[in-house]
Amino acid sequence: MPRWVRHRYASLVVLAVVIALLPLLFPSSYYYRVAALVWVSALAAIGLNILMGKAGQVSLGHAGFFGIGAYAVAIGPTHLGVPPLASLLIGAVLSAALAYLVGRPILRLKGHYLAIATLGLGVLVALVITTEIRWTGGPDGMPVKKLVVFGWRASGADTWYWITAGMLLIGTWLALNLDDTPTGRAFRALHDSEIAARVAGVHVDRFKLQAFVIAAVYASLAGSALALMNGFVNPDQAGFLHSVEMVTMVVLGGLGSVIGSIVGAAVLIMLPQALTVFQEYEHLLLGFLIIVSMIFMRDGIVPMLAKLPGRRA
Amino acid sequence: MSKQSHFKTLFAAAAIALPASMMSFAGTASAQQTVKIGSVLSVTGPASFLGEPEDKTLRMYVDKINAAGGVAGKKLELVIYDDGGDANKARTFATRLVEDDKVVAMVGGSTTGTTMAMIPVFEEAQVPFISLAGAIEVVDPVRKYVFKTPHTDKMACEKIFENLKQRKFTKIAMISGTDGFGASMRAQCVKVAPTYDVQIVAEETYGPRDSDMTAQLTKIKAVPGIQAVVNPGFGQGPAIVTRNYAQLGMSSTPLYQSHGVASKSFIELAGPAAEGVRLPAAALLVGDKLPDNDPQKKVVLDYKKTFEATANQPVSTFGGHAYDGLNILVEAMQRANGADPKKVRDEIEKTKGFVGTGGIVNMSPTDHLGLDLSAFRMLEVKGGDWALLPPGT
Repeated sequence: MPRWVRHRYASLVVLAVVIALLPLLFPSSYYYRVAALVWVSALAAIGLNILMGKAGQVSLGHAGFFGIGAYAVAIGPTHLGVPPLASLLIGAVLSAALAYLVGRPILRLKGHYLAIATLGLGVLVALVITTEIRWTGGPDGMPVKKLVVFGWRASGADTWYWITAGMLLIGTWLALNLDDTPTGRAFRALHDSEIAARVAGVHVDRFKLQAFVIAAVYASLAGSALALMNGFVNPDQAGFLHSVEMVTMVVLGGLGSVIGSIVGAAVLIMLPQALTVFQEYEHLLLGFLIIVSMIFMRDGIVPMLAKLPGRRA
Repeated sequence: MSKQSHFKTLFAAAAIALPASMMSFAGTASAQQTVKIGSVLSVTGPASFLGEPEDKTLRMYVDKINAAGGVAGKKLELVIYDDGGDANKARTFATRLVEDDKVVAMVGGSTTGTTMAMIPVFEEAQVPFISLAGAIEVVDPVRKYVFKTPHTDKMACEKIFENLKQRKFTKIAMISGTDGFGASMRAQCVKVAPTYDVQIVAEETYGPRDSDMTAQLTKIKAVPGIQAVVNPGFGQGPAIVTRNYAQLGMSSTPLYQSHGVASKSFIELAGPAAEGVRLPAAALLVGDKLPDNDPQKKVVLDYKKTFEATANQPVSTFGGHAYDGLNILVEAMQRANGADPKKVRDEIEKTKGFVGTGGIVNMSPTDHLGLDLSAFRMLEVKGGDWALLPPGT
């Protein structure tokens, strides 16, 4: 096997090549739009995967952070006169702060209790967004001003394809880096056994909190990107169903696999688009495909595919 | 990670590219002989009660129009996508309609949320978009390529308040849903109340999935001097409000519902408690009760007959909005003698005296809805059915 394949960044390089070559296959800007959606969702999923796959903690309210990021770039420029890029950073800081404050008590919970606590957090954020009509436009959402950087207006699906792809590459690079750092090793340790990790001197609470904050920042940045790309936000983005969708992406793609999150996002975003030809059977097929892949690919798509050639050898 | 698993991750990454490239082969075939009309509707999901009849209506009437020879010598081709009520999905489908399917016009957008998310796509591509959503934001401020057919919530408030004024009621209470429809209509009612000398002395809200509103209604009951209660909301909420209202013995104070519950299922859900409830609604609901000289009578009865015969389900005003949108578009295409989006847009704006299920439409560059208050009829529930309220009562 060639040496370069073993390199940590091999999958990153492949991803970059895929991103660079995909537009050659696109006949219209609709495909840019779908691909950009995949990159945005993948970014959020990678963050969630750090928390779920690497540190072994669950979050069913992650869309809450996605919503904070999305509404930050909506509310900042419209109501407060803060430029969009600054709003994006403020959104990320707010998400991190909320994750830190709420994470401290709730990450002491385990299993179902943690799932319910994070679920509650997500529902609360969605509730605030829906009811603070004066700021957020209520259940129908609000428009988002275009991103303008030094006089350059970011609009059009192809522009956003490259912006979101850039964000995804950075996000992937950081997540891949994490594996070989002491933090990454600590995450893996507390994933395998919290008690063993504690005995080995890992500050369990601190690392859990760290994973939660990292995941929140990823989701917030993805939310901001989507809101700026759409020029519109609504509370669905912070809703429970979106949280479930994110968890599905992570699990479907493969827990703990960075590339898996991208594949999971790609499947969940593209499948409904590809299945529209089946009209009313669309949902039936979507559900069926997910059930089948969960039964036959328990580890998720990427870890499963990764096992295949090995078995043959 | 082991050596092998790295290689496999690589292998997996390549799998991303595969489905994407497959997608690009779909949908390249296009026929030049047809005119493509697009639609994004909430056929499934929480707003399916809007999208489903709209979907059926569009399919039904496009078939009818094609059987009669099409528009300006060309057959219509309808492309419908289901957004499931999700605004983000609607946005993607809107892009798909414009960029990939290359539609010349769009009739769709079941909810205000999905419509607002799609507007930028059609404005940018300069493709006419006739929305089927209720809220006034869709056409206020006026956007060059965006039109809509359903009555606005502001008009519903005005119609209710007009009736209140006739009955010399000045002090009312309001209980509204916190969903998009309820919140938007509540805001409009608060805004227009002073014009009709109506004072809102008590206000309560309920969540879209709440199953009991007795607490809120008890609070309203305790406020002295309330002459009527108005309930902006749609879905099951208003039916529960109506039931609780009767249970609390408040029926001596008139209850007004909105056009959001103008379907037979409201009367079924609320049961006998619905007796005496008043609401503004389109002529479609009371088609057979309209006087013979009513210009809308023929249109609404024809639509009702066609829909019920083909779809095998009772007609709803929401399907009627789709009927109006499609026909306004088709008539505009006929006048433009072709499907050039810009000419069609100009002709839609010039729509005058179009008799639809929602009312008589007179559009102008400053009014992309074209309905006035006469489009609403004041109805009262009597004997488990709708009854037209004679003017002046």
